[in-house]
Amino acid sequence: MSEQKKSPAEQEKIGVYVCHCGSNIAGTIDVQEVAEWIEGNPNVVVSRNYEFMCSSTGQELIENDIKEKGLTRIVVASCSPHMHEKTFREATERGGLNPFLYEMANIREHGSWATNDKQAATIKAKALVNAAVERVVHHAPLEKIPVEINPKTLIVGGGIAGITAALELAEAGHHVYLVEREGTIGGHMAQIDKTFPTLDCSACILTPKMVDVGQNDNITLLSYSEVESVDGYIGNFNITVRKKARCVIDELCTSCGICEEKCPIKVVDEDYGAGITYRKAIYRSFPQAVPGFPVLDKENCTYFQTGKCKVCEKVCPTEAIDYEQEDEWIKFDVGNIILATGYDLFDARKIPQYGYGRLANVFSSLEFERMVNASGPTGGHIVLRDGETEPEKIAIVHCVGSRDQNYNEYCSKVCCMYSLKFAHLVHEHLPGAEVYNYYIDMRTPGKGYEEFYHRLLNEGTHFIRGRVAEITDADRQPGEEGKLIVQAENTLLGLQQRNAVDMVILSAGMEARHDADEVSKLFKMGCDYDGFFNERHPKLAPVATMTDGVFIAGTCQGPKDIPETVAQGGAAASQVAKLINQGTVMMEPVRASIREDECSGCRICNNLCPYNAIEFDEEKEVSRVITALCQGCGTCVAACPSGVIDGAHFTNTQVLAELEGILWDVQSDVTAKQEVL
Amino acid sequence: MDHSPRAIFAMLDAGMEDQVLASNTPWYCVSCYYCMVRCPQDIPITDIMYTLKRMAIDAGHYQKDKAPEFSQTFIDFVESNGRSFELGLAMRYHLRYHPVGAMKMATGMGLKMFTRGRMELTPTKIKNLPQLKSILKKAKELGGTA
Amino acid sequence: MKYGYYPGCSMEKNARSYHDSTMAIAKSLGIEFVEVEDWNCCGATEYIAIEKIPAYALITRNLALAAEQNGSTNLVAPCSACYLNLKKADHYLTDDPKLKKKVDTALDAGGLNYQPGSVNVQHLLETIAIDIGYQAVEDQVKRPLYNLRVAPYYGCLVPRPAAMEQFDDPEHPVTMDKILKSLGATVIDYPLKAQCCGGHMTQISEDTALEMLRRLLKNAADYDADMIATLCPMCQLNLDAYQDAVNARFGTDYKIPVVYFTQLMGLAFGFPASELGFGKEIVSPSPALEKITVDPPKTPRARRRGKKSGLPTPTITEEG
Repeated sequence: MSEQKKSPAEQEKIGVYVCHCGSNIAGTIDVQEVAEWIEGNPNVVVSRNYEFMCSSTGQELIENDIKEKGLTRIVVASCSPHMHEKTFREATERGGLNPFLYEMANIREHGSWATNDKQAATIKAKALVNAAVERVVHHAPLEKIPVEINPKTLIVGGGIAGITAALELAEAGHHVYLVEREGTIGGHMAQIDKTFPTLDCSACILTPKMVDVGQNDNITLLSYSEVESVDGYIGNFNITVRKKARCVIDELCTSCGICEEKCPIKVVDEDYGAGITYRKAIYRSFPQAVPGFPVLDKENCTYFQTGKCKVCEKVCPTEAIDYEQEDEWIKFDVGNIILATGYDLFDARKIPQYGYGRLANVFSSLEFERMVNASGPTGGHIVLRDGETEPEKIAIVHCVGSRDQNYNEYCSKVCCMYSLKFAHLVHEHLPGAEVYNYYIDMRTPGKGYEEFYHRLLNEGTHFIRGRVAEITDADRQPGEEGKLIVQAENTLLGLQQRNAVDMVILSAGMEARHDADEVSKLFKMGCDYDGFFNERHPKLAPVATMTDGVFIAGTCQGPKDIPETVAQGGAAASQVAKLINQGTVMMEPVRASIREDECSGCRICNNLCPYNAIEFDEEKEVSRVITALCQGCGTCVAACPSGVIDGAHFTNTQVLAELEGILWDVQSDVTAKQEVL
Repeated sequence: MDHSPRAIFAMLDAGMEDQVLASNTPWYCVSCYYCMVRCPQDIPITDIMYTLKRMAIDAGHYQKDKAPEFSQTFIDFVESNGRSFELGLAMRYHLRYHPVGAMKMATGMGLKMFTRGRMELTPTKIKNLPQLKSILKKAKELGGTA
Repeated sequence: MKYGYYPGCSMEKNARSYHDSTMAIAKSLGIEFVEVEDWNCCGATEYIAIEKIPAYALITRNLALAAEQNGSTNLVAPCSACYLNLKKADHYLTDDPKLKKKVDTALDAGGLNYQPGSVNVQHLLETIAIDIGYQAVEDQVKRPLYNLRVAPYYGCLVPRPAAMEQFDDPEHPVTMDKILKSLGATVIDYPLKAQCCGGHMTQISEDTALEMLRRLLKNAADYDADMIATLCPMCQLNLDAYQDAVNARFGTDYKIPVVYFTQLMGLAFGFPASELGFGKEIVSPSPALEKITVDPPKTPRARRRGKKSGLPTPTITEEG
């Protein structure tokens, strides 16, 4: 029960300001009436209505009233806290009061913008203002919490996004730990042959940056490693990384490559080679790998499977092979984290009617990318699966697995462009070949992209507007035998057509990494509906996450091309640099705290916290909230059976007072008349 | 097939209802459901084709062939007997609309089917035909097409 | 185990062999079929083309009878069109309350009512492959069909539409393949095994229909099939009875017998061919059946380890 009347000496002095917001509020709510009505509350000393409270004049009203009238609490009835809570808190502070002795009533979004009924809106406004007045009486002054920012940064993922972010921060003078899962950095961009629309050689523009990363003193490169645990909070993350054993001693290895040459075991390279090339059991993904130390694949190594062989050890000139090498755990602290973990290609085997995996000459985009590259399995020659025959007719299928309710609903943004690139590469490598691009819409939004499309039109590519229905080897007519038949409706003609080709390339879309969900949980953030990492705001904060201190960059946030990825890498680095520059950040004090003297140690709250922000003190046998991690959600407050957890700024007294305020006109006997306060 | 399903939808979108109902596309749909399984927008295409068939019959100006008459003849037998009657269906439909072809078929395939005991010569009637008839009568009152 | 049984109109005469062979193998598989009393035609693909509510009411009468009559909540339909109609009706009645209301009113006029979901509609293939299981089938095999190259033909209405939780893949079904494999036959995996046979197109447009049938026969022949195994009376009729017409029209010479998969099961279980309805086909299966050997086919010798030529290919793992 709230105490409405205190003794005159103890009464609060509340200033209430009802905003017109032009006609946004005043057009529906009788603001004058509301302001006059609330004056009846014994704690209200000043009650004004004004056109634009958020203007400097409006704010000055608050500041002056506090100074001149000795106000102890402020209530503003206006718009949503999202808009101006900060504005009015600062005004309150400038007036000399603690900013948390302020409460806001949203009579715009919840009132005048919700209905046209003037009477109803005014009644509701009164209830909301009354609720704010009742509540603010119980507010306590709160102080923002300072958190120091450790200037070191963890970047997870060594693709172009991670590399960009790492170099930006390192060159700014800050130390970076770059953790990469594979044996080398480079990511998917290292697999690409030429990049659209400039047809730059991908490796040529990427490898210099990779070398920079390898040589920069401010970057600690942990390759063939994975992050195992993340504790802590912004400014102070405690990281544990598992450095997997590559069975090669870094300090001794000279990257000469002899071990790889002499290794007798060949396996299909599913990662860098996209499943279309072979690699050895001890291998570097590609010759320009950074670091250049090979990795020993224990699952396929003869020595680890049967105890025999050991050729690599025998031939290594610097004795750098160490079969006994074990995984190492490395711990360090950082202030911020950037996730740049990249994407997985949609697996076209999920679409049986396209025949990938069943029909030999149907290729995925990454398979073709490797094939057409000069360092690929065929030296850059485009051939069929038999490794020899040159195709005469090639079909490139757009939108594989994308824009489809059955698979991924979203458009993967880059596939039209890389399909055009493939068409160009075919024209370049096989000048006599016919190329057919099957598309639904041609999406070429970037700089030089539409011009690239024109170039392909001029090169004689056939463009068929129609989604491919199926790819089959079941021939119907003579001339189709032994070929792959692509069936689609040519919608510009309005005819169903069958096209007998030799080779089909499926332009599949980008998907979130298959373990993105687990990774997001490790870093205490979340994924969106399609499985990509969730950004804080899709327009205004694309590289931040809902977790302070954790940022995302590149395709792990959603499909995008290289320019966008590089931009995001830089953006994330810049946001981290900002925090490092600030040195200390002030965090909102709306958090939970446990009254340890009264805590029974039942630990029910421990597992309920979605932010893992409650720890248990084994000695004292009480639970404790890690203030910096707490996001003030209130779950523990509600769950504590002893009721000993307080949610600052949302105490039981405050919330109940607010409820009482709203229900001011409800009598226990519902037939009684409405009473005016 | 006069128009692809995509063209049919574009025509409907453009308000060309008459042309759609005069098109043979719904009648050439064999309801194999490939389209419904594959449609990236989850459009129930086969069901729409059935609806277009019904609407075409109501509109009454489908001229291309006798496909609606085939279905109508089929259901006439079902409504009289509770079961379908293939021989009756074939005879009535073909003799009415394709008499020459009918004779050819009767002496060719029809004979082979008969000699192998695969042809019912008389229709089978269900026992509780009155029950079925009252159900169907009520159902027709409740509206047929949509 | 008891299963409700909905034969469908074709089982009486046209697809009698399907019915006979199903009944023959039922006991071996531990199935007791209880036929729905006084069932009516399901309407095939015809009724729903003319009128909607009567079409659903027609189908649902059978569901209502099945629900109130037999001791099992399963209703097995061997014919694909009947199966699809029954299942679709049950599904749409659950999803569409307006439809349900009208159908309820119609059924009420005949003194019946049906609660959607109370009958579990299965296709015969589903019952055998999923409920009974491949191992149980294999256990019953006394005369394996060694060296008989069988092309399993599913037609369109059993694998699709996938929106209703089908028991097999809508593009590349494998349940019948696995059953035939359990019988010892050499199963052919050919691309058009789930392509439509044309249904009633033979009556609407012979040109279209015969071309559709030609493609199927060609594909089976290209893969050297001795025989096609089906699970739908319409498919069997089209591929079998119109094979001559296809040959006449296109100048081809296909002689591929088309039998029901249950007939092959019965043969493998040791039943005499006469009890399984053999002999009713237009294209005689006898020459193909003579290819069955007593000994299993020789497994080809593993290729000597030599240089692997060509580029590695992605593979698809066996579906569970």
